Amino acid sequence: MSASAMPLTQSTRKGRRELKNAVATALIVASFVVALIPLTFILVYVVRAGMTVFGLNFLTEDLPFSNRFEGGGIYPAIVGTLVITGTATAMAVPLGILGGVYLNEYGGHGIFARLVRFLADVMTGVPSIVMGLFIYTIWVLPRKESGLSGFAGALALGCLMLPIVIRTTEEILKLVPDELREGSYALGTRKAQTIRRVVFPSAAPGIVSGALLGVARVAGETAPLLFTIGIVSAANWNVFDGPNTALPQQIYINASVFGGFDAAQNRAWGGALALILIVFLFTLVARVISAVYARRSAAV
Amino acid sequence: MATDAPALPAGLTKGKRPPGLIADRGFRILALAAGLMVLVILALIAIYTTREAWPWFSAERLGIFSDNWDPAHQHFGAGGLIYGTLLVAGVAVLLSLPISVGIALFVTDVAPERIRRPIVYTVDLLAAIPSVVYGLWALLVLAEPLASLFQTISDATASIPILSTLFANPSASGKSFMTAGIIVAIMITPIITSITREVFATVPSAQKEAALALGATRWEMIRGAVFPHSRSGMVAGTMIGLGRAMGETIAIALVIGSSPRITANIFGPGDTLASIIANQFGEASGTHRAALIGCGVVLFAITILISMAARAVVARTDRRSAGTV
Repeated sequence: MSASAMPLTQSTRKGRRELKNAVATALIVASFVVALIPLTFILVYVVRAGMTVFGLNFLTEDLPFSNRFEGGGIYPAIVGTLVITGTATAMAVPLGILGGVYLNEYGGHGIFARLVRFLADVMTGVPSIVMGLFIYTIWVLPRKESGLSGFAGALALGCLMLPIVIRTTEEILKLVPDELREGSYALGTRKAQTIRRVVFPSAAPGIVSGALLGVARVAGETAPLLFTIGIVSAANWNVFDGPNTALPQQIYINASVFGGFDAAQNRAWGGALALILIVFLFTLVARVISAVYARRSAAV
Repeated sequence: MATDAPALPAGLTKGKRPPGLIADRGFRILALAAGLMVLVILALIAIYTTREAWPWFSAERLGIFSDNWDPAHQHFGAGGLIYGTLLVAGVAVLLSLPISVGIALFVTDVAPERIRRPIVYTVDLLAAIPSVVYGLWALLVLAEPLASLFQTISDATASIPILSTLFANPSASGKSFMTAGIIVAIMITPIITSITREVFATVPSAQKEAALALGATRWEMIRGAVFPHSRSGMVAGTMIGLGRAMGETIAIALVIGSSPRITANIFGPGDTLASIIANQFGEASGTHRAALIGCGVVLFAITILISMAARAVVARTDRRSAGTV
């Protein structure tokens, strides 16, 4: 009896194992599909609702005096986002690249480099709203009303970008083969010159793509701008003087108009479409650069 | 005697510094200074925010942890906010973790080779969508159907002991802990996915092949070879996701319902440390403003602790795997 039962239990056992495997595989595939649902929904909604207001006028006209009014465009917010993000990039990227150079070329595994690496990781985890509060207390508060400016916002965004740029630069520099450095030293070149003339050129595309990903990440930030840039309804190209505005800020205040006002909500959707286009453009350019770079280095 | 001296190489003159030395040292110092900036900024954050928040700490003392945030009566206990922050982040991680691990496994072990890269890019797109756009979508599109779903679930569970409290008093507008948790779950999915994916990719293929050669199904191979090897990496990824969830501000500020309190009703409105700063800072002054900055200090401390713990887990794994190889 037991001899006849054996194959039976074995086959049901095999069946159960196969079934488990099939269920697990199905769940794994399903998890990807589940993640696709919100992505598709959000993009479709932003494009569909954003298109109702999107157009040349929306992109080139000033904001209405109050978000309770209809009409107007979003031009000042686009200007603000570009100049604030641009200023933040101009501050954080050179500094971040130098920091990455320190970690990979000078610090290595020394105790101080390990500390800086650790703190850069910690700094990446600092919430963006805390960065906003920090710039508010150190920069805006001592200057009273005149402290609110695009530059204050750029400082906050720059602080968010800095650790990202440091760590991506370090990772890219790690990939530069040591033979290049040694060849340069053998010719009698000094370390700084080796880094500038030999290491940088071969790491440049990777560094640029890392910096662009950093830009894309902070361009959509709202929280650090809430108490640092103030607000305006006309374009302000001057980051250092006077309050400014930005796309994420306009989306936020128009979305949260009490009682739900259609014109404000549509303005928020239109702003969201413009912001997503800007952020995706940065991300796409970064991806293209790093893909081209990867193909080139694979060919070498 | 001077004529006997050997000719110096071109560019070198006796008694002067070798050329390029100053520039070389200068560059080194510049790079070091840039690295130091991280330390300086973190220290300044701690000092300046704590200084501005001091009036709150000294006025409330341990009262900062009580649950009585009431600006009208000058009570600023952040207990309800800390609770809300932990609850929303907890819900978000619970929802996001299984899905993130699933996507990571899909990319490393299930999907055909040539569609792996496109999948990674697609999931990364979720990270490229700005927080405020998530908030906008959650507020104007997601909240309404969620409100009726919450009502349905609440009605259906009204007679079940624990669930009836958990799902009681659903918010009519759909603004709730749960709504915030769902939207934050979507936002942290690409982060947890990319970390777990990298960890899964480090599992030696010899171990996976050995499991398959012994007749294991793919799922048994994942359980027997992939998970044990990646456990601490998954823990670290989860903690980084948790830290990100706690710091999330704008999306939560739009859908949490702005009502600081400690309650088990997850379908009801609440508030978090980050979202209350965003929603109340504009009209705050005096102790109220100090309390809001203090909320930032508390949040800063919590997220730093979490990211330190995550790094410690990673460091321990690195040391262990360095020992075995």
